[in-house]
Amino acid sequence: MSQAAVRRIFSRPESLKPAMTHYCPGCGHSVAHRLVAELLDELGLRERTIGVAPVGCAVLAYNYFNFDMVEAPHGRALAVATGIKRVHPDKFVLTYQGDGDLAAIGTAETIHAANRGEKISTIFINNAIYGMTGGQMAPTTTVGLVATTTPGGRDPDRDGAPIDISQMLAVCQRTVYIERCALTSPKNIQKAKRAIKKSFLVQLNNLGFSLVELLSPCPTNWKMSPSDAWRWAESILTKTYPLGVIKDTSGLGEVR
Amino acid sequence: MVGEAAVRAGCRYYFGYPITPQNELPEYLSARLLEVGGTFIQAESEIASINMVIGASVSGGRVMTSSSSPGISLKQEGISYLCGQELPAVIVNMMRGGPGLGNIAPSQADYFQATRGGGHGDYRLLVLAPASNQELAELTFDAFDLADKYRNPVMILGDGLMGQMMEPVVFRDPIDPRELPPKDYILDGCKGREPRAVFSMLLDPPTLYSHNLKLLKKYEDMSAREVRYDTYQVDDAELVLVAYGTASRIAKGAVNRLRREGLKVGLFRPVTLWPYPKEALRSLARGGVKVGVFELSVGQMVEDVVMSVGGRCEVYLQGIPGGPIPTPADVAEFAVSVLKGDGLVGRKVEI
Repeated sequence: MSQAAVRRIFSRPESLKPAMTHYCPGCGHSVAHRLVAELLDELGLRERTIGVAPVGCAVLAYNYFNFDMVEAPHGRALAVATGIKRVHPDKFVLTYQGDGDLAAIGTAETIHAANRGEKISTIFINNAIYGMTGGQMAPTTTVGLVATTTPGGRDPDRDGAPIDISQMLAVCQRTVYIERCALTSPKNIQKAKRAIKKSFLVQLNNLGFSLVELLSPCPTNWKMSPSDAWRWAESILTKTYPLGVIKDTSGLGEVR
Repeated sequence: MVGEAAVRAGCRYYFGYPITPQNELPEYLSARLLEVGGTFIQAESEIASINMVIGASVSGGRVMTSSSSPGISLKQEGISYLCGQELPAVIVNMMRGGPGLGNIAPSQADYFQATRGGGHGDYRLLVLAPASNQELAELTFDAFDLADKYRNPVMILGDGLMGQMMEPVVFRDPIDPRELPPKDYILDGCKGREPRAVFSMLLDPPTLYSHNLKLLKKYEDMSAREVRYDTYQVDDAELVLVAYGTASRIAKGAVNRLRREGLKVGLFRPVTLWPYPKEALRSLARGGVKVGVFELSVGQMVEDVVMSVGGRCEVYLQGIPGGPIPTPADVAEFAVSVLKGDGLVGRKVEI
C-alpha cells in the first residue's frame, strides 16, 4: 500500500468542544476562541489551563472551551483569576473579557491586577458596543457611533470619549506586554495569533501580566452586513484604536 | 484572634480591604500567612477581594475575607455568586453603626443583611455569632469546616467591640490543609479527567428551579443539624432575655445582678443566627414567661424571636442603634420594667 491519499489538514482544536456557538454570523468571538484554542493545543497547555469567562457575549465560553473554566461576576474576571493564580502558580490562567466587562464595570479590577503584575494572560475583545444586552454604548464606543443609548451617535460632550484602556495599562509598571490587533482579515488574524502566543509565553516564562486587545466586528449591533462590519473595523475603528505593540518589556523577541 | 484561628484551621489565603474596626485582622495575617507559605493580598476594593475569594475557593484553597458593615455591603454580589456556585469561604463582619457611612462604634445593625442575604437570589449563609474571644477562635475554626461541609459561605458576625477586645484564648492544634479531604469540584487543570465548569448562570427556568431546590435542601440540612445556642439561668425564669454577641455579655451581667436581687431572669443566647434556634427558644415560651429582646440595633433579631415564639408569650424589645453601649444596669432596668409591665423602658412588640 502506498501512503494514504487523504491527509487531515484542518480540524477542530482539542481545546474547543464540538459545540455550536451562539455567536452571530460575522462576530469576532468565534475567531478569537479558535485562536486561543489552537495556541493552547500547540503549546500543550490545555490540561493545565484554568480560564475565566466574563459576563457579556462570551458568558457561555465555558460551553465552548474544552478546559477548566469558571464564571466571574461582571467585570471581576481578573480578581477571580488572581485568586486562582495565587492558589495554582503552576497552572496557566487566562481571562477572556469584553469591553464593557474589562473597561467599564471592571476597570478597577483590570488595572490593579495588571499593576500587581499578576502572571495572567488576558484576551480583551473590543467591539465598541454592548453586544449581549442589545447594542448600548460601551466605554469603547467611538465618537459618532450610534448605540441604542447614544441617540444621534456618541457625543463626547454628552457621553464622554472612548477609552483606550490598553494604553492606560501600558503605564502600569508591572505590565509586560500589551498589543492591539484586529480580527478583520486573514493577515490580521495571523498577527493576532502571534500576539496571543506571545502573551501566553510571557506567562509561561513567569514574566508578569500581559493583554492582547482584539478589535472585533459586531455586525448585529453595528447594524451592518458581516463584510461591511469587517471593513468598518479595519478602516474606521483602527483610527480610534491604532494597531500594534503598545508595550513590550518581555525580551522575548519576535514570536512565530 | 480570628487570624491565628484561621491559620490553624488551614486557611492559607486572605483577601481584604482596610476598614475600621477590623484592621487588626488583615494586619496580623499579612505577616502570619507569609510564615506558612500562604497568600495575603490587600486588594483595591472589597469587591475585588470577595472575587479573589471566589478564585481561591474554586481552586480548592481555604480562604477568608473580612470587613465591616459598609465593606460587607460591597461584597454582597460576590457572596451571592459563592452561594450560586456552591463555593466555600469564610467571611468576617465586625459590625459598625449604619446606615451609610454611619460610625465606627460597635453595632448589630447588619443582622438582616447577614441572615436574610444582603445579595440577590434565594440563598442562605450560615451565620455564627461569638460572644467572647475564646468562642471567636473556636467558631472561626469551625467556620472553615462548615463551609467545606456544605460548600457554602459561612459568616462570622461580630462587632467593633469584639474586633478590638483582648482576652486570653486557648487555640486548637493547627491542621495541615494538605491533609484535608480532596474536593471533586475544584479547578486545577483537566489532566486525566473531563474539564470542569463552575458557574451559576442557568438560563433554562426548570434547570434553575432544580438548582434552587438543591440549595434549599442544603439549607434544610443546615437547619436540622447546625443550630447552636446557649442558655443561662432559664429553668425557673419568668423573664427570658434574648441577646447575641456583645449584647449577650451585657445581658448576662444584668441577669447576675437581677438574680442577686431575687428576680427570676434568664438569658437565651443564639450562637447561630441562621439557622436560628427557633425550637429551643419556643420551648422556653410557656407558662406566662415573658421574652425580652436586647439588641444593638433598632429591632432586627426581634423578628426571628417573634417567628420562634409566635403568640405563645409577650415579647418586649430594647433596641439600641448607633453605637452607645448600654451597661448591665441599663438592661436590668429594661428587665425590671418588663416584669412590672410598666412600659417605661423598651417597648412591647405587637404580634
